Amino acid sequence: MKLLNKKNAIILLSLIVVYGLVQFLFNNGTLNQFYMMTLILVCIYIILAVSQNLITGFTGQLAIGHAGFMAIGAYMSAMIVVKFQGSLILGLIFGAIIAGLAGILIGLPTLRLRGDYLAIATLGLGEIVRIVFLNMDYLGGATGLSVPKTIDWTWAFWLMVISVLIISNFINSSHGRACISIRENEIAAEAMGINTTKYKVMAFAIGAAFAGLAGGIYANYMYFIQPTTFSFLKSFEILVMVVLGGLGSTTGAIIGAAVMTIGSALLADYPEIRMLVIAVLLIALMIFRPNGIMGNKELKFNFLNFKKKGDENGTT
Amino acid sequence: MALLKVESLSKSFSGLKAVSNLDMEINKGQLVGLIGPNGAGKTTVFNLLTGVYVPTEGTITFNGKKMNGLQPYKVSSNGIGRTFQNIRLFDDLTVLENVKIAYHQHVSYNTLSGILRLPNYFKGEAEMEEKSMQFLKIFDLDKNADELAKNLPYGQQRRLEIARALATKPSLLLLDEPAAGMNPQETHNLMELIRWIRDEFDLTILLIEHDMPLVMGVCEHIYVLDYGMVIAHGTPDEIKNNPRVIEAYLGEEAI
Repeated sequence: MKLLNKKNAIILLSLIVVYGLVQFLFNNGTLNQFYMMTLILVCIYIILAVSQNLITGFTGQLAIGHAGFMAIGAYMSAMIVVKFQGSLILGLIFGAIIAGLAGILIGLPTLRLRGDYLAIATLGLGEIVRIVFLNMDYLGGATGLSVPKTIDWTWAFWLMVISVLIISNFINSSHGRACISIRENEIAAEAMGINTTKYKVMAFAIGAAFAGLAGGIYANYMYFIQPTTFSFLKSFEILVMVVLGGLGSTTGAIIGAAVMTIGSALLADYPEIRMLVIAVLLIALMIFRPNGIMGNKELKFNFLNFKKKGDENGTT
Repeated sequence: MALLKVESLSKSFSGLKAVSNLDMEINKGQLVGLIGPNGAGKTTVFNLLTGVYVPTEGTITFNGKKMNGLQPYKVSSNGIGRTFQNIRLFDDLTVLENVKIAYHQHVSYNTLSGILRLPNYFKGEAEMEEKSMQFLKIFDLDKNADELAKNLPYGQQRRLEIARALATKPSLLLLDEPAAGMNPQETHNLMELIRWIRDEFDLTILLIEHDMPLVMGVCEHIYVLDYGMVIAHGTPDEIKNNPRVIEAYLGEEAI
C-alpha cells in the first residue's frame, strides 16, 4: 500500500533518531533526571493536548474535563498494577478503556449542550471525578497512592507516537471529516446525513480514552498520585496548550504541549515569576496570533516528497 | 403513488401558526415550485420535511414511509436532500471536502479501518474522491476543488450547495431559493441545470423561489402559500391567472 512512501519513511526515521539520541544522551549522563522527566512529561502532555484537540479543535465541542479522564486512567491503571499485580501494559489499556467508557457515559447527556453550557457541565463532571477519588479509601483517598515506576523514555515516547498516529489517522478519515463538519456547521452536517450525536460522542470517547492513557503513563512514572494533581487547573493547562498551538491543528497541539511543558521546566528555578511569564506570553500570543501558533493549518512535511505536486498523499 | 404525501401538516410556534393544514402530493419525477410572500412559511415547510422541526399535527409520508419525528440525518439517509436559503457550507473546508462529507453516509469502510489504514480505507477514499470530483465537474467546480468554500464567489457557493446535496444521493431534492442573488444570465443557466440534474439523476425536485420567470419556466406544478396555508395549486398557467394568487403575491401587473 501507500503506507511506506518516502515521506512516511523519513518521518519514521527521524522519530527513531530523536528517540535514540535522547536515550543515548541519558545513558552517558548528559541529560540528568530532571531533563528526562521534562521530556517524558512532554510526551504525556502531547497525548493530552492532541486528544483535547480532537474534541475541541476538530469537533468544536468546548469540553473542559480532560483532567477528570486523566484521573480515571491514572487510578484505574494504578489499581491494576498495585492492587491486582497486573502488568503495566494491562494497566494502561484498562485505564484507557475505562476512561473511554466514562467519556461515552458523560458525553451522552452533556453533548446536547452547546458552547459555554457544555464547558461548565464538563468542568463540573471533571471535579466530581476528582472528588470521587478523594473519598475512595480503597485507592488511597486524600493521602494518595504509591505506584512503582515502570515507565521509561521508551514507553513514553512510543506510546505518544502511537497515540498521535491513531488520532490523526482518525481525523484524516471520512469519520473524522464527519466530526469536523459538526464544528463547521452542525445544522448542515445533520442535513447531509451525519449523525451528529454519534460523532460527537465518538470524538469525546476517543479523546477521553487517550487522556486516560496519558493518565496511566503519568501514574506509572511519578511513583505517586493523589487527587489534587487532577484538579480543573490541569484541564485548563491542557486547553491552553491546544489554544496556544492552534485549535484544529495536530502539529499545533504538539508544539503547544512542548512549548508549555519545556517553558515551565526552564522557569522552575523562578517559581515566583513563572506564572507571570506564561501569562504575559499568552496575552501577547492572543494579541498577535489569535488563532494560535499554527492556526488550523498543519505543519506539512511536503518538502520531503521529491515527487511532483499532485501525487502526494497525507498518510502520517 | 405519490413519492411525497403531506397530509394536514401544521406547525405552531407557541400560538403562532407558521404552517396550517398543509396538504401536498408530489409524484416521482415532478418538478414542483413552492411560492408565496415573505413569511408565508415556505422555509418552515422545508424544515418540517427534513426533520429540523417536529410537526404539531399531520403526517409526512415519503416513499411509503412515515417521516414524522425522524431526526434530520435519518431523513437525509432516507433520500431527502436539501440546500439552505442562507448558505450553510462548511466554510473552512475545501470545496472537495464539502462534497466528501455529504458522501460520508455511503462510505464503504468503518472507523477502525480508517484508524488502522487497512486496504479498504484506501479503496474507499479513492472511490469517494472520484465520485465527489464527478459531482464537482457537473457544477463546473472541479477547478476549485482545493479552494476553501468560504473563498468562492456567491454564485459558486450556491452551486456547491446543490452539488453537496446531490452527493447524499437523494431521490427528492429540496432547493431553498437556489437563484437568490444571481443575475439573469446565471439564473437562466441554473434553470437549465435544474432540469438537467432532474433527468440525469432521476430526481424529484421541490423548490422555493422568488424569481418568477424561473419558477414559471421550470416548474410543472406550483403550490402557493400565504399565512401558512395553501391558497392555490396547479400548473404555472393556472397560477398566473388565479385571482387569489395575484392579490396575495404576484400583484396586478405581474407577468
